[in-house]
Amino acid sequence: MRPGRAPLGASPSAFDRARRTKGRIFAFTCAAAAFVGVASLGALLVDVIADGASRLDLAFLTGFASRFPERSGIRAALAGSVWLLVLTALISFPLSVAAAIHLEEYAPRNWVTRAIQTNIANLAGVPSIVYGILGLALFVRGLRLERSVLSGALTLSLLVMPVIIMSAQEAIRAVPSTIREAAYGLGATRWQVVRGQVLPMAMPGILTGTILALSRAVGETAPLIMVGAVGFLAFTPQSVMDPFTVLPLQIYSWISRPQEEFQPLAAAGIIVLLALLLTMNAFAIVLRNRARSGG
Amino acid sequence: MKRWTRMQAVFATALIAACGGQDSGGMTPAGAVRIDGSSTVFPIAEAVAEEFQLSNPNVRVTVGVSGTGGGFKRFCAGEIEIANASRPIKESEADACRSAGVAYTELAVAWDGLSIVVNPANSFATCLTVAELRRIWSPGTTVRTWRDVRPTWPAEEIRLYGPGTDSGTFDYFTEVINGESGVSRPDFQASEDDNILVQGVAGDTYALGYFGYAYYAENAGRLKVLAIDGGAGCVEPSDTTIEDGSYAPLARPLFVYVSHAALARPEVRAYVDYLLDSASLLVPSTGYHALSAEQYGQGRAAIARVVPGGS
Repeated sequence: MRPGRAPLGASPSAFDRARRTKGRIFAFTCAAAAFVGVASLGALLVDVIADGASRLDLAFLTGFASRFPERSGIRAALAGSVWLLVLTALISFPLSVAAAIHLEEYAPRNWVTRAIQTNIANLAGVPSIVYGILGLALFVRGLRLERSVLSGALTLSLLVMPVIIMSAQEAIRAVPSTIREAAYGLGATRWQVVRGQVLPMAMPGILTGTILALSRAVGETAPLIMVGAVGFLAFTPQSVMDPFTVLPLQIYSWISRPQEEFQPLAAAGIIVLLALLLTMNAFAIVLRNRARSGG
Repeated sequence: MKRWTRMQAVFATALIAACGGQDSGGMTPAGAVRIDGSSTVFPIAEAVAEEFQLSNPNVRVTVGVSGTGGGFKRFCAGEIEIANASRPIKESEADACRSAGVAYTELAVAWDGLSIVVNPANSFATCLTVAELRRIWSPGTTVRTWRDVRPTWPAEEIRLYGPGTDSGTFDYFTEVINGESGVSRPDFQASEDDNILVQGVAGDTYALGYFGYAYYAENAGRLKVLAIDGGAGCVEPSDTTIEDGSYAPLARPLFVYVSHAALARPEVRAYVDYLLDSASLLVPSTGYHALSAEQYGQGRAAIARVVPGGS
């Protein structure tokens, strides 16, 4: 019997009560910590909706930016952000998952693998503007992709890949090795094990990591200004080689205006940005649930 | 297995959509007019681009905000057709253009007045001489309190607000006041967002700040603007004193630089013509001051000398 534990049937000792109180205090502290994030999101939401809801209508979503606040809309920025997001997902997701599979399932455990692993972890911590400078030198000027949606998406892909790779590795590592061994025991090849067992089981975790990384990408401004996101355009991208602008840049452009009437537009832009993020998250949750139920 | 093929199908569809075709041309000029540079000039470029785009739907106008210096870098690298600038081109930048073989014409498009502002609760300061401004803002200054500027003013610390070192406004102010572009005392609250500076001065009794006149005009109720004595008496910035040049030396022209090679293209020529024709109408709506009709006429003449023809 551990010291201080009350014998069965007896009334709880003073030690026992103190122990339970500590437990409750701990639980309360954790709940309060969780509430901080929700509360600040709530405050932000209330503030921007109060400022921007009146400006949020169909004309705002379908109109281009204008010097007249009442005519100004967010179409070009919204289209640019969606294009960028889709392209970035298309580029970074397959590359990152393949890299994670290689590192977890195929790569030999030697110093080369360790060096790659360390570098990926370090890259995840590099400031985003550095990726912007890299993108300008490599994609815009080196590969002559100009200041296009494609340059922007490639730059953002570099930015999010380390994060996606690491979360995919975590998810793959969490697949019990007994599953792999059972599949090998039935005569499956390594490819069959990865495709049939490991990936389906790891997919929910991979998708969660991807969506977190892409959510970060959609809020980026600094690297995109470097690779050429523009302040004004009155058309939406028709191909990957077209110029573009993005939501955070448009919002900043409105906030920095001298005229007071542009401030509600910025708030409405923030609501659109949040809605885009929530839509993305909802999409990921649907995908994840599907992967789970089928896995 | 099935959900994998479904996801592949989603990606494939998106990829096809991503590689879709481009618009075909029409009757009006087609092509691209790429503009970049000063964020001070941006509202003017945006207004012109917006109107031009309405009547020329096949020309794709983009306006970037890389700053005056960043815009000239791209301009001299041949990446853009037009550079917006809140100061004239520097010798080093002109050299870069020359060695890259980029010939250009400078066009003044508007006046901007830099306003020196204090808090409305500041009752003692109404006018500053340029020499006093220089003593306040020069590097290595000994001015810490208002009394250091004039002995009759209170011994309260001056808290300074100004644009960040990347802006053309900072370059212009330091050149005119301190005699050399980019040279300033370092201990002031800097922000690239002028609205932050407005808030700073509006909330700080002993503050002093400077920024574009438009930001003062929009916030006149929260700020007090100082008259400036450039040698010919105290002059307050206003529409009149900025346009007739008497608000010296803090009224400055804003420029666009047009590449001669690009001017040969009909869409660029059409855009520049539109800019000069509509500026006197559009510039006031952006918070800046239009030049006189003669000055825009001089711009048109300069363009016609480069590439005859056009409208």
